Amino acid sequence: MFGRDEKVSAIRLTAAQYAIVGIFLILAYGLWRLQVMQSDYYSLAAEKNRIRNVPVLAPRGKILDRYGRTIVDNYPSFSALLLRDSSRDLAADADLIGQGLHMDPKDVRARIRRFASMPQYQPIFLKEDITPDELQFIEAHRNELPELDTIMAHRRLYPRNGFMAHLIGYVGEVSEDMLNQPQFELYSAGDVVGISGVERQYNNLLMGTNGSRQALVDSHGREVGRLGETEAIPGRPLRLTVDIDLQIAAEEALAGKNGAIVAMDPHTGEILAMVSGPSFDPNDFSVHVSRDEWNKLVTDPDKPLLNKAIQAQLAPGSTFKIIMSMAGWQEGIAQDLHVNCAGSAEFYGRRFGCWVKGGHGPVTLEKAIYQSCDVFFYTLANKLGIEKIAKYATDLGLGQKTGIDLPNEVSGVMPSEEWKIRNFKQKWFAGETISVGIGQGAIAITPVQLLRAISAISMGGKMVVPHVINPTDMPPGYVEASHLTEVKNVAFDSNGWTLITDAMGRVLLPEGTAPSAHVPGIDIAGKTGSAQVVSLALRAKAKNQDEFAQNGWFVGFTPRRNPDIVVCVLFQGGEHGRLAARLATQVIKAYVEKQKRTPQKMVQKPAGTVDVGGLWNAPDSDRNSRDKLEGGRFEVDLPKRPPVLATAAPGMN
Amino acid sequence: MARYVSFRDFDWVLLIFVLLICGLGVMEIHSATVHTKFAGSHVKQVYWIIGGVGAMFLMSLVNYQALLEKVHWFYVAAVASLMAVLVFGTKALGARRWIKMPGGNHFQPSEWVKLILILAVAKYFADMRQRELTWPDFLKAGAIVGIPMLMVLKQPDLGTALTYLPIAAMGMFLGGLQWRQGLTVVLLAVVGVGVAFYVPQVHILKSYQKQRLTSYQDPDSDPQGSGYQVKQSMIAVGSGGLWGGKGSQTHGAFLPIPQTDFIFAAFSEEHGFVGALGVLLLYFIVLMRLTQNAQTAPDRAGTFVVMGVVAVLSFHILVNVGMVVGFMPVTGIPLPLMSYGGSSVLFMFLALGMVMNVRMRRFVN
Repeated sequence: MFGRDEKVSAIRLTAAQYAIVGIFLILAYGLWRLQVMQSDYYSLAAEKNRIRNVPVLAPRGKILDRYGRTIVDNYPSFSALLLRDSSRDLAADADLIGQGLHMDPKDVRARIRRFASMPQYQPIFLKEDITPDELQFIEAHRNELPELDTIMAHRRLYPRNGFMAHLIGYVGEVSEDMLNQPQFELYSAGDVVGISGVERQYNNLLMGTNGSRQALVDSHGREVGRLGETEAIPGRPLRLTVDIDLQIAAEEALAGKNGAIVAMDPHTGEILAMVSGPSFDPNDFSVHVSRDEWNKLVTDPDKPLLNKAIQAQLAPGSTFKIIMSMAGWQEGIAQDLHVNCAGSAEFYGRRFGCWVKGGHGPVTLEKAIYQSCDVFFYTLANKLGIEKIAKYATDLGLGQKTGIDLPNEVSGVMPSEEWKIRNFKQKWFAGETISVGIGQGAIAITPVQLLRAISAISMGGKMVVPHVINPTDMPPGYVEASHLTEVKNVAFDSNGWTLITDAMGRVLLPEGTAPSAHVPGIDIAGKTGSAQVVSLALRAKAKNQDEFAQNGWFVGFTPRRNPDIVVCVLFQGGEHGRLAARLATQVIKAYVEKQKRTPQKMVQKPAGTVDVGGLWNAPDSDRNSRDKLEGGRFEVDLPKRPPVLATAAPGMN
Repeated sequence: MARYVSFRDFDWVLLIFVLLICGLGVMEIHSATVHTKFAGSHVKQVYWIIGGVGAMFLMSLVNYQALLEKVHWFYVAAVASLMAVLVFGTKALGARRWIKMPGGNHFQPSEWVKLILILAVAKYFADMRQRELTWPDFLKAGAIVGIPMLMVLKQPDLGTALTYLPIAAMGMFLGGLQWRQGLTVVLLAVVGVGVAFYVPQVHILKSYQKQRLTSYQDPDSDPQGSGYQVKQSMIAVGSGGLWGGKGSQTHGAFLPIPQTDFIFAAFSEEHGFVGALGVLLLYFIVLMRLTQNAQTAPDRAGTFVVMGVVAVLSFHILVNVGMVVGFMPVTGIPLPLMSYGGSSVLFMFLALGMVMNVRMRRFVN
């Protein structure tokens, strides 16, 4: 048997001792591994813990108008932080904090709870972009509420009420998607970058380079010392080609309406004004856009986030007749085309109506333009055929991106036989050509495309690339802007040019389609358009297109010879082009009146480049004057200016 | 039976080494807390140690055999106190571990339950009448430890509950555990842990416990949460190098609670591999000295008591230092004798008192 004094098995006791030896060997190995084998790695990690690179944020470059007036500025913005490492009872302080920061104490507590599992050394953002009195509150309660702190960052201050919002765009934190794109590869999460508009297009110029400060910190992130600092390089100010005065006129013209207005210098392609309506307030995005607000913007059927000037793809309606006229003239068909308009005509077994039910009677090209006779252009389209139409339209840049220096431009569609087969696996029907002749059917363009095409026609074939910055302002080697100065010459017979632009000049006269838009004393040439609402998808299905209000178009320029400005107006749901024309003339009137107000100055004749100097309206920009000088090389005699230019417009050979 | 008991037989060598470790602990507590709101903790720790040494002497005077005779009453009291915690305990940080005592103090019964379990297990195995553990004995011994363990787990206090395990394991092993029983235990443990972790319908472990138990394997997976502590601890230890360094982890407050659970990390950072190994060596000497006392114990019960203390101490060292070097999960088990904290110090000295008690009576019979 086995007694009470029987000893415990010595073997087992020894085994227990060996087990202890084993434990200590394992632990000693653990220490050896960390302290001897990987000591360097962990020493570095300890240093990294202690030294924090605090970015010194570079302020973003200002955005200026063509005369250097500030459009977008920065302002210092403070955010309220809650430090949690202090031994304060945060939940108890929430009432006072909520009172001072104009927050519901419940929200404050909820925030503290939500971040409870985060490490204590990370502060909680309580409120961004606090007001001066809230900042004052924090400063005044440093002793009572030591857990409150502030941090300063520069924020974008955009014009109010969505002024110029589409062109300028807005900034935001760089998204996952963007980081994967090559142009954003140098950025890291948390960087504030341009999300749309100019802010995005010229982001790398505007952004500048962040500096950094090497700070010695403890685990609460509190700075206890400094090692070094590299300064931030502020972003470049960006001067746009836009004239704020003209922009204001365009904004006023489009106020409360859907659509777009774009104004451009046809000589250079400089965009002078660009509006899209309805707009949005980018200041809402520069802090934190609420989910509701964002959903409202995204789901709004009027698409306020869309820059319709470059992103609306719509049928051009009768404005396309100008392109048709040019095509017809160049092909030698339009000159001698005489059509008797009886209010409708039949092609390929289908009746196509003219917008004047009673008909225009005998019509030539000139009358067909200012009266916008549909039957004339049906006939012309039928004679030209879709391939010829597509060739001229494509030469004038329709159905393709203009290359404007704004992100997400869309290309639109210029239909052709090849296009139909590629997209619909169907042959082109000759009947479809008839609708295209009046800018309906499958054709879809953007306002800026139309603007560019009409600008080229107004200049006798010189086609420029629209742009919103001055390419010569760019830093050396900035290749992204090099294509903006490219000029393409489209062949255009000068007699045709004279006839077509003269006919356009009669559009606003009593015999034209938009006499109500006439402005006495200003020589405007243009073309109205009223287009049925057609999208490619809808077109395939919708039978009853009348339920959609028609879009009004107007594209025009002034003066009729050697124009200074081209304006394109899209008035969605505007029913008729003459309403769009009124909006355009508002802008043109503002432009002309501003030129009259601006003191005229005598420009000296630069040696060699100008044969005859002259007087002209030059705003206070010398560079601008130079452009005018080159344009004026052909001016021989000021009083005779229009006829002379008619035969020697730039780009004509 | 009259016995000759004298402090001459007191294990002074053991006490010297124990106090040496305590001294290093006090030094490190001072160093780790001097610039924090816990400054002065080391003085309190000294008071606890002095109190602990006093308690140890008192404990050594009461004959352990007399204690063992009454151990069933202690056991009942232990279970009752754990029950009281579950019913009346103060809830703090989601767990009921303390009973509020008059005078504002908090009493945590799960610590002294450990002492009673050492005695109870010793008593159980000392009274056993065969060399090999039978299955009923195995189950009964398991129940003695298992019941309080489940109650502590319910609080929930996983760390303390786990420290009961080595008491049972050591008792069974020395009491004649058969390899088949050992294998069964291991298999059951593997299956149990697997179920607790990977079957979502079983709620033995709370999700934060699971997270804490797994994040040590890959501290980078959760550098801001529970993995953060392990990561910072490893950085502290590793940056200490061979000879120790400035201690930026400890003094920059990157190391969480450097005076309690992570005191060994703080010590390793400041004194390097050489210093840390020195401390391990001190613990090793203490443990070897204890097992020697177990061998010279006057009876089976004495051996079991001392080895129970050895088991608890070894387990604490393994889990705590293992956690500090990144081998073990964060369970909130302090390093005995070094970590700051009254109950931990008191427990350790009472346990040592029992060891002394056994040693002083080794020459009877």
